Amino acid sequence: MTSSVSSATITLEVLRYRPGRDQAPAFQSFQVPYREDWVVLDALNYIKDQIDGSLSYRWSCRMGVCGSCGMMVNGTPRLSCAAFLKEYYPATVRVEPLEHFPIERDLVISLDDFMQKLPAVRPWIVRQDDRPLDAGEYRQTPAELDWYKQFSMCINCLLCYSACPVYELEPRFIGPAALALVARYNLDSRDQGREQRQEIAAGPDGVWDCTLVGECSTVCPKDVDPAGAIQRLKLSSALEWVKNVVLPWGRR
Amino acid sequence: MKTGRSSEPIWWLLFAVGGTVAAFLVPVHIAVGGIAGPAGWIPQAFAYDRMVGLISHPLSRLYLFALISLSLFHWAHRFRYTLAEGLRLKASWLPIPIACYGSAIVGTILAAAVLMRL
Ligand code: SF4
Ligand code: FES
Repeated sequence: MTSSVSSATITLEVLRYRPGRDQAPAFQSFQVPYREDWVVLDALNYIKDQIDGSLSYRWSCRMGVCGSCGMMVNGTPRLSCAAFLKEYYPATVRVEPLEHFPIERDLVISLDDFMQKLPAVRPWIVRQDDRPLDAGEYRQTPAELDWYKQFSMCINCLLCYSACPVYELEPRFIGPAALALVARYNLDSRDQGREQRQEIAAGPDGVWDCTLVGECSTVCPKDVDPAGAIQRLKLSSALEWVKNVVLPWGRR
Repeated sequence: MKTGRSSEPIWWLLFAVGGTVAAFLVPVHIAVGGIAGPAGWIPQAFAYDRMVGLISHPLSRLYLFALISLSLFHWAHRFRYTLAEGLRLKASWLPIPIACYGSAIVGTILAAAVLMRL
C-alpha cells in the first residue's frame, strides 16, 4: 500500500461557488499528494477531509456505477472516479461542474431539467394490458435482449448532456440519455409503449433537434451510444411518418 | 417540453436520401463529366449528338431530376443547421428553414423546367 506514497504533489484548480457567500464562481487551488492509483475523486476527498471541509460535490459508488460524480476535468466531461491523476500529472488538473447545467454549489449541479425530462419519455415497460401475476413473467430470448441491452447500460451521469452542443443551444432538447432510453424501451420485446413515447421523442424537442455531432457517444462512460440510438429513432419515426402521410390507408 | 408531431421527418428524409445520392453518385458525375470528359479521355462518348440523345431519354431526365433535387434538399438541411448553429439562432426560427428549403424547392422547379425543355 505505502509503496506508491511519495512526497510528490499535484495541483487541483477547483471551481468554487457558495451561494450567499460568493458573488460568482471562481477557481481555488489546492495542493494534494500525488498517488499513481488516485483518481480525481480521491483528490477531492483528500481536500474535503484534510484541507477544506466545505467543498461540495456528489459521489457514491467510486466505481463507475452510480453516475453521480460527473465533472468537467480539464474541460472534458468525465466520471471523476474514473479519471486518474496520472493521466494529467504533473500538469495542473482543472475541475469544474458539468457544463450546460446551473451550478447549485461548488461542483454540484442542478438536475431539475433532466429530472423533468426523464419521466416524460416513460422509461419503464409500458403494457396495454397487464397480464395477471399467475400468468408468469414476460419471457425474452437472448437475441431479443441483445436488441436493447446496450441502451440499457445508462447510469444517468449526464456527461452526454454536458458534451452536447445542441443541448447548450436549445435547452428544451430532450437530449441524448433520455432519447437513448426511448430506444431502449421501444426495442424491448415486452414493451408496448412506443406510441406514447413517440409524442415526445418525435416532437419538436425530440430527435429532430439532433444534428449527429456524436460527442455524447464519445464521452459516454458506458458505451451506450446515444447518438446511434437517436439515429435509429429518426429513421423509424421518418418511416412511420411516410406510412401515415403517404399511405394513410395503410393505418387506422 | 412540447409534445406532438412535427414536420421535420420529411426534411430529414430528403436530407438522408439526398446525402446518400450526393455521396455515391455526384463523385461519379464529377469524375466522368467533370474530369474525364473535359480532359478528352473518352472523346467519342461526349459527342454532342450522343449526349443529347442520352439526356433526352425520359429515364435519364428522371434520373437527373432526382439527382439535382435530392442533392439540393440535402444541402438545404445542412445549411439550415449550419446557419442556425453558426449564428446561434434556433434551428426552428422560421426564416431560416423557409430560406433554405425554399431555395431547394425553387432549384427543384428550375431543374424540372430545364430538363423538360431538353
Ligand atoms: S448515455 Fe452515457 S453519458 Fe449519457 S447519461 Fe447515460 S451513461 Fe451517462
Ligand atoms: S462515484 Fe459512482 S460513478 Fe463515480
